[in-house]
Amino acid sequence: MIEKALKGKPAYWMWLAILGVFITIGAVCYLRQFFYGLGMTGMGRDLSWGLYISQFTFLVGVAAGGLMLVLPYYVHNYKAFGRITILGEFLAISAILMCLMFIMADIGQPLRGLNMMLYPTPNSMLFWDMVVLLGYLSLNIICGWVILTHERKQVKPPKWVYFFVYLSLPFAVSIHTVTAMLYMGLPGRHFWLTAITAPRFLASAFAAGPALIVLACLLMKRVANFDAGKEAINKVTTIIMYAAIINAFFVALEFFVGYYSQIPGHIHSLQYLFFGLEHHGEFYNNLVPFLWAFVLFCAAGLGLLAYGKIKDKLSDGLVGAACALIFLGLYLDKGLGFVLGGLVVTPLHEIVEYYPTANEIGITLGIWATGFFVLTLLYKIAIGVEHEVEG
Amino acid sequence: MDKQRRKFLKIAGATALAGVSAPAVVKLTSTPSLAASDHGAAAGHGDSHGEEQPTGIRYGMVIDMRKLYGKPELMDKAIEACHSVHNVPHFEDKKNEVKWIWKMPFENVFPDHSVYYSAKIKEENEYFALCNHCDHPPCVRVCPTKATFKMEATGIVAMDYHRCIGCRFCMMGCPYGARSFNWFDAKPNIKKYNPDFSARTRGVVEKCNFCAERLPLGKEPACVEALKDTGAIVFGDLNDPHSELRKILDKEPTIQRKPTLGTKPSIFYIV
Repeated sequence: MIEKALKGKPAYWMWLAILGVFITIGAVCYLRQFFYGLGMTGMGRDLSWGLYISQFTFLVGVAAGGLMLVLPYYVHNYKAFGRITILGEFLAISAILMCLMFIMADIGQPLRGLNMMLYPTPNSMLFWDMVVLLGYLSLNIICGWVILTHERKQVKPPKWVYFFVYLSLPFAVSIHTVTAMLYMGLPGRHFWLTAITAPRFLASAFAAGPALIVLACLLMKRVANFDAGKEAINKVTTIIMYAAIINAFFVALEFFVGYYSQIPGHIHSLQYLFFGLEHHGEFYNNLVPFLWAFVLFCAAGLGLLAYGKIKDKLSDGLVGAACALIFLGLYLDKGLGFVLGGLVVTPLHEIVEYYPTANEIGITLGIWATGFFVLTLLYKIAIGVEHEVEG
Repeated sequence: MDKQRRKFLKIAGATALAGVSAPAVVKLTSTPSLAASDHGAAAGHGDSHGEEQPTGIRYGMVIDMRKLYGKPELMDKAIEACHSVHNVPHFEDKKNEVKWIWKMPFENVFPDHSVYYSAKIKEENEYFALCNHCDHPPCVRVCPTKATFKMEATGIVAMDYHRCIGCRFCMMGCPYGARSFNWFDAKPNIKKYNPDFSARTRGVVEKCNFCAERLPLGKEPACVEALKDTGAIVFGDLNDPHSELRKILDKEPTIQRKPTLGTKPSIFYIV
């Protein structure tokens, strides 16, 4: 099937070439970091996780988001998703690959990475995160590939593969739950020390992941003659709306706990993220525009979808704009705000703001480009098979 | 032919997978690998403020700030003693700092304590901050490779610099900001290299080790030794009721950093 990825229109090769440029930039930046040290990043003693870990956290959510397509199709036998479940599985594969690359970019001694397996440590949530991420990656590779090869031969997939399909459902939930547990169980990090982190992660994941898939579907409809079907897109947008609203509800609850209890530790991060924090005469508000953009983007995306659904005018343009807004909004919330907001007040009660360096951003873009490169190849194969079966 | 190749690939893949995961499975099943299993288990459940049962040695420290007020040069002496013995590099930029023991204002070292209407002496002076060598160390709990661990014989929270992968999860777990990461190569920034103690490689985390390398030689921790004539820092066994440390603790009211977190620090302060 791999040969499907080797034939394409000029636009396809152009796209891959553009991604290739970013991958090259990322690789060069990474080599610099590898030989010079993590000091090339904007991270420091008092703010020791940054862009890499926040991207990792967001992308785990994107990977888990595929569940919203797989579950209705396999558990509820919702046939309209038949053409797009494979997109969910392949998105999960590329998202987890990005996650693993971000982890490797973040650790100070990447060559010792295997110590995680040589000295397995069950009391560390990072150990379990590795277990579920590798598990979910394998499950998606197995399920996606087996089901696609059988679709191509137009025979039913073997029974055993359904075991892995159903196993992948709890795994999807577990990857994001365990990722939330990396944060939730740390004493002294007030912003993260809340049980709602995990459900909030899941809610935003179930909006952001499907939103990206809808965007991909709309794009492929234009460039690759692939139609996911109106009913499917309609249903996915409903799922996105519910998930985004639940996420907003959880964020509102965080505000209530902080500002009603008036406990400083619970207020500080929210205050910093949304309004700016004053400390010893200095005013810190780097992330305020991003977090209000999150609020506005999500509200606008939800508004657009609601308008389209009520008036029954869900055009591709409207759905695309709404999904892009929601995806971007949730990225700003979880891909920036959550990690950096939680770190702004250090355990020694100083305020430390974070400025990523150019090298760090180069690596980040390179990893994103690598992920989209893999995603493009996988989607090209999936669509090639569908065309072959139908044509 | 094609079928054979497929079969070979399948077997090769399965073997590789088994090879990679085998050590993990073997280790998990063969050893009681909960690194965080603590000797404090005897102390009972849920009581985060209660005292430990005396089991073995548990090193601790009391810092008598009364003897250091108005004498920041004494504190610098102790810091310098520690950092030179342990080859702690000096970086000008606060971002890249590596430090094992340092001084900071009261509100930073004790952020949970009220600073309303506080005594002038508290505002005018700085306080020592260092690793608390907690009885329930969160850093040990979160480390994915057991590179940081509690020495059962002494209660010291130690580091294996050769196993650390540099994920900095321990720095997230530590509620005291006690840990530093080697963002750059340390060697060019070590003023005078002490050949008796290794320098750390780039990309690993380090922190105060309670001078675990000096204790077996019958020496006290470097900071204690540096302030010996003032008696500002007393080091000893918290589980030994006859130790000088315990005698001070029995007599003087002390405070600890962030006691509500249940980490049970081994450092006590008289302020």
